[in-house]
Amino acid sequence: MAGVAEVLVVEDDAAVREGLQLALRRQGHGVHTAGSGEAGLDLVRKHQPDIVVLDLMLPGMDGFETCRRMRALGEVPIIMLTARSDDFDVVAGLEAGADDYVAKPVEPRVLDARIRAVLRRAVSDHDARAGEVERHGELVIDRAGMLVRKRGEQVALTPTELKLLLEISRTPGQVYSRQQLLTAVWDHDYLGDSRLVDACVQRLRSKIEDVPARPDHVQTVRGFGYRFGRS
Amino acid sequence: MRLPRLRPWLSGLRPRLVLSFAAMTLVGAAAAAGASYVTARTTILQGVQDPAMVQLRDQVTAYLPQMTLPPDQRQLDNLADNLKGTTVAIYRDLHSRSGLDPSTLPADLRQEVAGGATIQFKRVIRGDTPLLLVGMPVLQPGDNGVAHTGVEVYSMVSLAAQQTAIDQLATRAWQTAALALPIAVALALLAARQVLRPVRALNTAARKLGHGQLDVRLQATGSDELAQLVTTFNSTAAELERTVGTLRDMEADARRFVADVSHELRTPLAAMNAVTDVLDEDAEQLPADTAVAARLVSAETRRLTRLVQDLVEISRFDAGRAELRLEEWDVAQGVTDTLAARGWTAADGIVTDLLAGVVATVDPRRLDIVVANLVGNALRHGEPPVEVHLAADAHTVTLEVTDHGPGIPDAVLPHVFDRFTKADSARARSEGSGLGLSIARENARLHGGDVEAANTGSGARFTLWLPRHPRPGETR
Repeated sequence: MAGVAEVLVVEDDAAVREGLQLALRRQGHGVHTAGSGEAGLDLVRKHQPDIVVLDLMLPGMDGFETCRRMRALGEVPIIMLTARSDDFDVVAGLEAGADDYVAKPVEPRVLDARIRAVLRRAVSDHDARAGEVERHGELVIDRAGMLVRKRGEQVALTPTELKLLLEISRTPGQVYSRQQLLTAVWDHDYLGDSRLVDACVQRLRSKIEDVPARPDHVQTVRGFGYRFGRS
Repeated sequence: MRLPRLRPWLSGLRPRLVLSFAAMTLVGAAAAAGASYVTARTTILQGVQDPAMVQLRDQVTAYLPQMTLPPDQRQLDNLADNLKGTTVAIYRDLHSRSGLDPSTLPADLRQEVAGGATIQFKRVIRGDTPLLLVGMPVLQPGDNGVAHTGVEVYSMVSLAAQQTAIDQLATRAWQTAALALPIAVALALLAARQVLRPVRALNTAARKLGHGQLDVRLQATGSDELAQLVTTFNSTAAELERTVGTLRDMEADARRFVADVSHELRTPLAAMNAVTDVLDEDAEQLPADTAVAARLVSAETRRLTRLVQDLVEISRFDAGRAELRLEEWDVAQGVTDTLAARGWTAADGIVTDLLAGVVATVDPRRLDIVVANLVGNALRHGEPPVEVHLAADAHTVTLEVTDHGPGIPDAVLPHVFDRFTKADSARARSEGSGLGLSIARENARLHGGDVEAANTGSGARFTLWLPRHPRPGETR
C-alpha cells in the first residue's frame, strides 16, 4: 500500500486542479481530475478511486450535493476542500458525508498526510484473530474481516465509520474523549476538530442504531465524549 | 456637616419648584392678609371716631347758648360736666377741674385745636390702652363768619375693645395664610410631577441613546416647551441613528471588502501553495539564479498564504462569525502541546513555568492560536529567554509571556494590538503577518478574557487572562 492511492480531485479552478495534481503525483499518488461535480461522479463510477478530494465551491452541482451522491454510490472516503473554512460549511460538509476536511489554501504535505491517514483506516485490525467475532446485541463485529453485521445483514460503513466503531468498541463501557478518538481514528495528532467525531458518530448511529436519537451502542457522555454500550 | 448633604437635594428641580411655590404663596397670603387688615382696621376705627366727634360737637353746640364769654372757672366746669365721657374744657390758663388732665394732651393736638377752626382727633397709647382723643374749638358767629372763642373742649374715648377686635382679625389673617401654605406645597408637588414626568422620560430616553439604543423615541404631547424639547430630541435621535447607520454600513462594506478580497486571493494562492514544495525540492537542480527565484517565490507564497489566512480569520471576527467551541481543557498540557507543535524548545530560549492541573473551559484551538501568537511574537521581537508562566485561581487563568528584549516603544504600546502595527519600521518585514496580536486579543475576548501588554523594564510582557469557567453571556 505505502500510501500510493488513486486520488480523484474535483476542483473547478484549473490552476488549483493542476497544482494539486502535480503535488499529489510527486507524493506518489495516481491522480484523476474533474472540473465539476457531475464529471466527478462519472469518474467515481468509472475508476472507483481510493479517495476523493472534493472542493465544496463548485459550479452547477455544489460540493455538498456531489458528496451526498458519491456517498450513495459507495463507501469511497471523501476529503473536503473548504475555501471558506466557515463553520457552517464544515458542518454541512461533514453532514453530507465527508470523512475529513482541509481548509484552502492547502499545504500539499497536510493533504497528503490526511489522505494517507484515511487510507490507513481501510487496513484491518492486526490485533484481531481471524474468525473471532464480537456480539453486541444484534450487532456483530468481525475485526479481522472488517465487517459489521446487524441482524445478519452486512452494514455498509465507510472506512472512517468502521474505524471509529472498531476503536470505540474495543473496550465497551470505557469513555473516549473526542481528542482521543481524533488521534486514534483520524490520526490528527494535535488539536483536531472535534466536529469530525460528532458528525461521524451521527452517521454511524444512523446505520447501526434502531433509533439513532436513542442509541443503544454509541452513547454520548456529556462534556467528555462517547462510550460504546452501557457503562 | 448637614449642608453638603442638603445641597444636592436642594439643587433638584422638584424642591426648587416647591420652595418657589411656597414663597409665592407666603408673599401672596401676607399681602392679602395685610391689605384686608388695614381696611378692616380703618373701618373699625372710623366706626368709633366719627360718632365720638359728632357727639362732642352736638353736645358742645347744645351747651353753647348758656355760655358767656369769656368763661370763668364755673362755666368751664359746667361745660365739662355737660359732656359725656371723660372730658375737659380749657380757656387760656383755666380748665375744668374734673375729668381729663389737660397736661396729658399731646401738644400738637392742642396746637391744632387752639389755632384751627375744625374738630381734630388723635390716637395715642397710654400704658397698654389705645385711646382716642377728640378736640374741638368752641366757635361763635362773629363779624366775618365764625370766630374762635378761645375755649377748647377735649374728650377721651377708650379703644381697647376695638384693638382686641383688630388683633383677632390679624391673627385670623395669619392663620389663613398658614393654612394656605400646605395646600400650596401640595399643589407645587403636583405641578412638579406634571412637569417632571416628561423630563424624567427624556432623561431615560437620553440615557438609552447614550448606551447606543438609537431607535429610542418619545411621544410628544401638547404644544408646550417640553413637547418642543421632545420633538427636538426625537429629530436629533433620528438624525443620529441615520448617521451612525450610514457609518456602520460603510464600515461593514469596508470589512466585507477585505473579507471578499481575502477569499478571492485564496484560490490562486491555493494553486501556488500546492506547488511550492515542487519548487523547493527541484531548486537544487536549477541554475543558480533560477533556484534563488524559485525559493523566493516559494517562501513569499507561504508568507502571503499566512497573511491571507490571518485576514480571513480577522474578517470572521469582524463579521461576528467566530464561534467558540468550549471544552474542558488542561491548560498546562495545552500550552506544552502548542510549543511542541511549533517546534519551540528550551534551545530557542523558551522557559516554562506552568502550574499543573489547571483545567479550564476553553476553545482549545483558539487557546492554541493565542499562545502560539504570543510566544511567536516574543521570539521574533524580543530576546531570549522567553518565559511562559501559567497561574490560576478559582475564577481566572493567567498566562504571562515575558521576553528580555528591548521592550515595546512607548509610542507603540497603546497600539500594539492594532492591526499591522509594527514596533520597528526597520523590521517591518518580519515573519509575522502583522495581525497575530490582534487575532490573539480577539480570541481572548471571545472567551470573555483579554490580552494586555506592558514593559517590565528588561523586556516586554504579554498577559493573557481567561475566565476559568465562562458562564453563557460572559463570552462574546
